[in-house]
Amino acid sequence: MLFKLGSLLMKPGAKMAMLAFALVFPFLASNEYQVYVMASAFVWAIAVYGLNIITGYCGQLNLAHGGFFAIGAYTLGLLTADAGWSFWPAFVAALLVTAALGFLVGVVSLRLKEHYFAIFTLCVGFIIYLLIDKWEELTHGPIGVRDIAAPYGFGVVDFTETTPFYYLVLAFLVFSIWFMSRLSRSLLGRTFIAIRNGDELAQSLGINLMRNKVMAFVLSTTYAGLAGALYAGMVRFIGPEEANIVHTFDMITYLLVGGIGTLTGPLLGTVGIVWITQSLQFLEEYRMIIFGPLLVILVIFFPRGITGQFLTWMHHKAQSIAPANKRKESKVVNTQRREVENNA
Amino acid sequence: MLKVEHLTKMFGGLAAVNDVSVEFEAGKINAIIGPNGAGKSTFFNLISGMHQPTSGRILLDGADVTQMPSDQVARLGVGRTFQTTNLFEQATVVDNLIVGHRLRTKSGLWDVLINSKRLQREEKAARDKAMEALDFVGLTHVAGQFIADITQEERKRVAFALALATDPKIVLLDEPAAGVNPEETEGFAALMRKMVDNGLTVCLIEHKMDMIMSLADKIMVLDHGEKIAEGTPEEVRNNPVVIEAYLGGEDDVAA
Repeated sequence: MLFKLGSLLMKPGAKMAMLAFALVFPFLASNEYQVYVMASAFVWAIAVYGLNIITGYCGQLNLAHGGFFAIGAYTLGLLTADAGWSFWPAFVAALLVTAALGFLVGVVSLRLKEHYFAIFTLCVGFIIYLLIDKWEELTHGPIGVRDIAAPYGFGVVDFTETTPFYYLVLAFLVFSIWFMSRLSRSLLGRTFIAIRNGDELAQSLGINLMRNKVMAFVLSTTYAGLAGALYAGMVRFIGPEEANIVHTFDMITYLLVGGIGTLTGPLLGTVGIVWITQSLQFLEEYRMIIFGPLLVILVIFFPRGITGQFLTWMHHKAQSIAPANKRKESKVVNTQRREVENNA
Repeated sequence: MLKVEHLTKMFGGLAAVNDVSVEFEAGKINAIIGPNGAGKSTFFNLISGMHQPTSGRILLDGADVTQMPSDQVARLGVGRTFQTTNLFEQATVVDNLIVGHRLRTKSGLWDVLINSKRLQREEKAARDKAMEALDFVGLTHVAGQFIADITQEERKRVAFALALATDPKIVLLDEPAAGVNPEETEGFAALMRKMVDNGLTVCLIEHKMDMIMSLADKIMVLDHGEKIAEGTPEEVRNNPVVIEAYLGGEDDVAA
């Protein structure tokens, strides 16, 4: 009767099927471009998993997420193109830089609650964009960073090729999801969810708000940094537009559609929307006419996205098999009784 | 057990709680009553560390907890419930309760990454604690249901269980019987007696006088932030100051 949230959708069978599909995808794809699109979808998915930690589980709407993605990308880009570092040391540096900056921003911004926090991080995101765009001595400004190093494969594989890079990204994605699954089921993940339920309630349960929120924030920016660094290694040319707020809102859309606060949601939402966007390329900007209403309907009727709805549905199906029917009847009686009393 | 000395909380120029001294004995049911806006909830927020008092002292088993933040106060054994409790609606009752024992565990990020023995042990302990608390409030049969699917009364019991899962010495209950019918109110009264029988100290805010008068060992009456009376239900019931506060003086009658 007791089951862990998400275990239904993430049955070993379903998990393995998804992984198997991802593994054979380059052989199923009709051209290299499709592999490239999938790899970039995976990169974004990693970033969305990060957003899911602070916003989905911990309940703090972070609008600087795209900014941290860009910091990850620029750290890797500048260290390899300008400072002459090779890829992997720069990659590790990108993670450390986004974690450290995440800590600094988190300590300040998480003193604010709810929409004040969202507005503050919106500004942080914009400041990151301005710094990248205007600080030409460091970032080359609008010209962007060229000649970013590709990851070297220690003589075994060549990651400048699309397919090997695809597998590299897939490996990081699998690791990211694996860690998330651990986190979301652990006491630490439950602590984040308790904070989402309410600051005061969490505190009354002995939870140190600041420490746990900062931890969630740093985890999320590190995920963003990881995704940004992979992105820079994949496209190998980046500009200030990587820090555009639009990317943050794209990621929020992926998260909402897939299922905020769920384990599979970020993957389904990101991969799904990236492919829908691709197939609607011919509509250009008019594709928003389709996306807009779709999103509105989804948020109204399925506030926890595709995955959340699926989990609720599965739960109720499992409950109706159990002898819960009897309980439901007595519940109806209870409600009726209460209504009578309220009217009285 | 819990001793409060000259506790005052100013909000701007308004004294929400004004020079209140009181002592709650261990193993008793202590009630705080008073008209709306008397400062009852503020008093709870001060004890639980949610607000810092302007002056005065709060002693828990002799230890000064006056300036302590609420998460530390909780760790020292002060559990509390709220008038409304936001829970994770699309998760099971027991999943919502497991975090209640978090404050007695130490696992951090590293334990999660390597899935340490400590984490596994603590998670089992937290789950067992959740089931124990659920059993205490008599809700074992809904353990696997979503919060969204249980009744209002059951939700209130879940909120009790959540506070109990923290292993408190004293529980502060903010209007535990608000919005439930008389039959269910009796059930909550029985639950509070059960808490005391199990060695807990209960402190509650409540408006339902019938319940308070038959349940409480000791009552403190607040009005405009000041303690106007204290004593057994019998003493409080016959106290002219209390009667005036509740029925209103001549000025209030006109309003």
